Amino acid sequence: MSVATKTDKIQRLAELTAVKETSTGASLWREAFRRLRRSKMAIIGAIVIAVFVVIAIVGPYLTPYAPTAQTWRGEVFPNRGQFVGPRGDNWFGLDHLGRDMFSRMLVGARQTLLVGVVSTLIGLAAGFLIGGVSGAFATLGGESGRRVDSVIMRFIDMMLALPSLLLAVSIAAVMGQSLTTVMIAVGVVQVPVFARLLRGAMLAQGGADYVLAAKSLGVRKRRIVISQIVPNSLSPVIVQATLSLATAIIEAAALSYLGLGNPDPAIPEWGVMLAQAQRFFDNAPMMAVYPAVGIIITALGFTLLGEAMREALDPKLRG
Amino acid sequence: MRIVKSRAARAITAAIAVGLIATGCSSERDNKSKGDGDKDTFVFAGAGDPGSLDPALASDGETFRVTRQAFEALLEHESGGTKLVGGLAETWSSNDEGTVWTFNLRKGVKFHDGETFNAAAVCANYDHWFNWKGTYQSSAVSYYWQTIMGGFAKNEDKETPKANYKSCTAKDEHTAVIEVKEPSANLPGGFSLQALAIHSPKALKEYEKQDASAKGDAITYPKYSQEAGTVAGTGPYKIVKWNKGNKEVSLERFDDYWGDKAKIKNLVFRTIDTEEGRRQALQAGDIDGYDLVAPADVKTLEEQGYVVPTRGVFNLFYVGMSQGANKALKKKEVRQAIAQAIDKENLVKTQLPEGGKVADQFMPDTIAGYSKNVTKYPFDTAKAKGLLKKAGEENLEIEFCYPTEVTRPYMPAPQDLFESMKADLEKAGIKVKPKAMKWAPDYIDATEAGSCALHMLGWTGDFNDGYNFIGTWFAGYDKQWGFKNDKVFDAVNAGSKLGKVEERVAAYEKANEAIMDYLPGVPISSSPPAIAFAKNVNPPNVSPLTQEVFAETSFK
Amino acid sequence: MLRLVVRRLLQLIPTLLGLSVLLFLWLDRLPGGPASAILGEKATEAEVARINRALGLDQPVYVQYWRFLKRIVELDLGTSTQTGQPVWDEFVLRFPATVELSLLAILIAVAVGVPLGYFAARNRGGWLDVTAVSGSLVGICIPVFFLALILKGIFAVNLGIFPSYGRQDTGIDATSVTGFAVLDGVLTGEFDASWDAIMHLILPAVALASIPLAVIVRMTRASVLEVQDEDYVRTAEAKGLKRSVVRSRHVLRNAMLPVVTAVGLLTGSLLSGAVLTESVFSFGGIGSFIRTAIDARDYPVLVGFIMFIAMVYVLINLLVDLAYSLIDPRVRVH
Repeated sequence: MSVATKTDKIQRLAELTAVKETSTGASLWREAFRRLRRSKMAIIGAIVIAVFVVIAIVGPYLTPYAPTAQTWRGEVFPNRGQFVGPRGDNWFGLDHLGRDMFSRMLVGARQTLLVGVVSTLIGLAAGFLIGGVSGAFATLGGESGRRVDSVIMRFIDMMLALPSLLLAVSIAAVMGQSLTTVMIAVGVVQVPVFARLLRGAMLAQGGADYVLAAKSLGVRKRRIVISQIVPNSLSPVIVQATLSLATAIIEAAALSYLGLGNPDPAIPEWGVMLAQAQRFFDNAPMMAVYPAVGIIITALGFTLLGEAMREALDPKLRG
Repeated sequence: MRIVKSRAARAITAAIAVGLIATGCSSERDNKSKGDGDKDTFVFAGAGDPGSLDPALASDGETFRVTRQAFEALLEHESGGTKLVGGLAETWSSNDEGTVWTFNLRKGVKFHDGETFNAAAVCANYDHWFNWKGTYQSSAVSYYWQTIMGGFAKNEDKETPKANYKSCTAKDEHTAVIEVKEPSANLPGGFSLQALAIHSPKALKEYEKQDASAKGDAITYPKYSQEAGTVAGTGPYKIVKWNKGNKEVSLERFDDYWGDKAKIKNLVFRTIDTEEGRRQALQAGDIDGYDLVAPADVKTLEEQGYVVPTRGVFNLFYVGMSQGANKALKKKEVRQAIAQAIDKENLVKTQLPEGGKVADQFMPDTIAGYSKNVTKYPFDTAKAKGLLKKAGEENLEIEFCYPTEVTRPYMPAPQDLFESMKADLEKAGIKVKPKAMKWAPDYIDATEAGSCALHMLGWTGDFNDGYNFIGTWFAGYDKQWGFKNDKVFDAVNAGSKLGKVEERVAAYEKANEAIMDYLPGVPISSSPPAIAFAKNVNPPNVSPLTQEVFAETSFK
Repeated sequence: MLRLVVRRLLQLIPTLLGLSVLLFLWLDRLPGGPASAILGEKATEAEVARINRALGLDQPVYVQYWRFLKRIVELDLGTSTQTGQPVWDEFVLRFPATVELSLLAILIAVAVGVPLGYFAARNRGGWLDVTAVSGSLVGICIPVFFLALILKGIFAVNLGIFPSYGRQDTGIDATSVTGFAVLDGVLTGEFDASWDAIMHLILPAVALASIPLAVIVRMTRASVLEVQDEDYVRTAEAKGLKRSVVRSRHVLRNAMLPVVTAVGLLTGSLLSGAVLTESVFSFGGIGSFIRTAIDARDYPVLVGFIMFIAMVYVLINLLVDLAYSLIDPRVRVH
């Protein structure tokens, strides 16, 4: 058994795809997609994500007011607990500095999506590289390759051992506070997950008939890895990326709550908005509820789609 | 083996079950007695744990709030005011120069450990501090001693200030004479500081056996300051327990107290880190009062029937400018433009606690030395734009630092204040680069080192002397401000060496005028930090210096 | 079994060594360096120089690393810059609180999650299943600190059922034996203290349990679904064994394997969660201490804590493996 039992679940997901894999993988995808289309979970998730993405892309051009303009600052008195709720001009009311909440939510969607996507991409890219190298060594590198693989995996296990929040804090401490730091911190936390996953899937592929066939035909090892094994190991990684988007958004909100979020508070991001608004929860609960609901629904969208994909790829869980 | 295990498990389960049933009744009993009105425990929540039970080692309000109930200094401030009155000394006087201070001590005062208070005890304390060695000489440990009395008998570090303390003599049983080398504006106010409160000589002997440094590298507070038992003062309460795990310090009424005895038997200070957390604990009835109330909560709490007395105004919040960090700040037009671009009125109206005032100089108007004739810089965006144009700085881009995760009495929500000012500055055409930093140590370090072009800071007075404000900032070249201007420095220092209070006040007024003429930064506001109590509490007299004495508290 | 333990403990060494290298490099990269991390805000240059000498920062890097390692091995984690007390003492003081909290959270997650997952799987597609699945999905998506705030607002502030903060009531004056407040009450016979401590634990534990609960419900459901179609279950049923026997001995036992793994897996996330929940409830454990350490940049505490957590994490995983081999005899063979 490997050191990190934590990864068994990941491993399992990785193996699942490989076991039923054909040499091209195309039919599995077609089959999975067919199943996805029938899944209510997937449809709801996809709709939520679509709406969110559209808002994130188009929203900033539709804002009735500039999200940073303190146009109505004479009307809110945070020092007396007087706030302005929804009204004709401001559909979601005003925030504590007299800015239009609706505009801030729209622009915030883009920031939130940006943080989620970029950090997941960071995690995916680094994890892909590490996992891919490790997996290649493990499957085709022989005895010495396995040793390299085991060294890399020790390193990954070590990263898994750290509570993600602490890892993020450590990174923020060295890099200073910025939006980039938040994205890198949240991204780095995902690295070991992706690395494990890809490696696991590649290991499972390593023993597949088509790999043995290619090997016996004398195809170069690097080619086998790049053109055969890696493409066929992608599906669990894609599923995980979808799920990671949800985690990333929540994790970024937690960092904001701990005061490690984006230092430019004028640029609205849902996590920062929520962290700020909870101070006024008694007097103006809606100020916290809007960004909170935004975060929850979006995260839910990605989770639903990710889970549905996982189930679609896992025939045992099929309904 | 499995059987043994499950038997043990069953036994524990049974024990817990019995416990739960047994306590089901007892906790109900507790709840009943809560409403009876003969409550004998007052629970007050602060925002942070105290650092030490020995106030001499501290420089923060959370520590002093606790120790103030157990330790008294030679002088005190009148209850709820800023006037110096006798503490452990009934009366005091000095020679004309202000270098020899004679204290006529109170008679019949006992320490918590049974020792008698007398002139020898006073001198034992001052000599104890004066003879500190090693880590105790670090400015992080003995900040206030160094501020008031300078260095030590033997300074171990070049950067420690020269000692101003000369000697303490017990002239007779109840007369102590403290001599200093040079007159100082910090006296007699400094004699009232908690950091210079008088400890029992028996306790001091214990202290001296313990060193502040355990390993030779980091500052490790000595054991006596971390657990109750050794420390002993003369105050109305004695410290009986510090439960760090539960974040609470318990005090008990000292029955041999020389003055009015405490009205409530037990006093407990607990730590609740967040503003919402403290407010919710009060609303849930878990605590009887708390400090550092968010301005937004004051009205809400009042409407719900809680007691929220307003303190007097005794602090100053300002926007500092570090001329070393941005050359443009060396031009007076630019500084003036920034001053006139900020809508201070709006900040006071919408964000600072009610009762706050717009400041026009680096001193609140409650302090002797406040001048009515300073140059004023009213809010005027158009004028600010014109000034920038005149200075050739229309495209000014400037870094503005602000602290995160902190609430200060003068600065309740730094981030909100920052955002408002940023919007103001941008309206005047100044590009603001925000920089968020953790309060300690990052923010404090950066501002002290002068690496933040614009930054927000403030000061709550320790005692009623103008030098305690302006002397803190403008007594000489300081990296935080990064300017050299002898006119300002001379004006500020003129007052500090004068023995007579009236002369000092006149000098401070002149100094304020000189400072505001030069305009090193922008004073923003002075505002009263709120403190809140439960509905059934007769609160103590609230103090502008945030020096509440909880012995005055009672339940209705 | 013993061999497994020894091997796993040996595997621990390279992991911890690697971690210590990373931490050493991290400390070195910090703005201001270790001296300012130790001395804090009011350090003078001379003090910094003194510390640099004391820490041997004028020495070659490998010597510095060796010293760093030696100090960790000796459990000399330095002094907290916030409290001026040895880091190790601070941990010992606060660790029990977090252990209690985490244990209760896991207990809630398992006690609620396993039956819920099991019955959801048995009644696949029924209302219980739909509720459990959608509930667990939502549970994962609510930020922990927000849930904690809501729980506190409703149950502590408005309804007043639970205390709103802290570990113990003020007047309780409980005797401390082990530092575990609940256990201490039982040991000393102060059952009201135990009860009080439990009441303080419930809200933070429920908030902390939200994510583990959601994960466990789904894990249990998935693995019960999988197991109940396995051949040995069918065989057992075909043999005519009583349904209850089949369920408890075959289905549940085998379905528990991944769940046990999940519990180990969740400890890491529990500690992250504890930082958030403990600070919402001002609960005096490691989590809220870390939160203030983060704010105050108390690096000795953070470094010590990371080493400490890594060790705890690996040990918990070891325990999980042992539990695994108890439940699944096949593992023991390897």
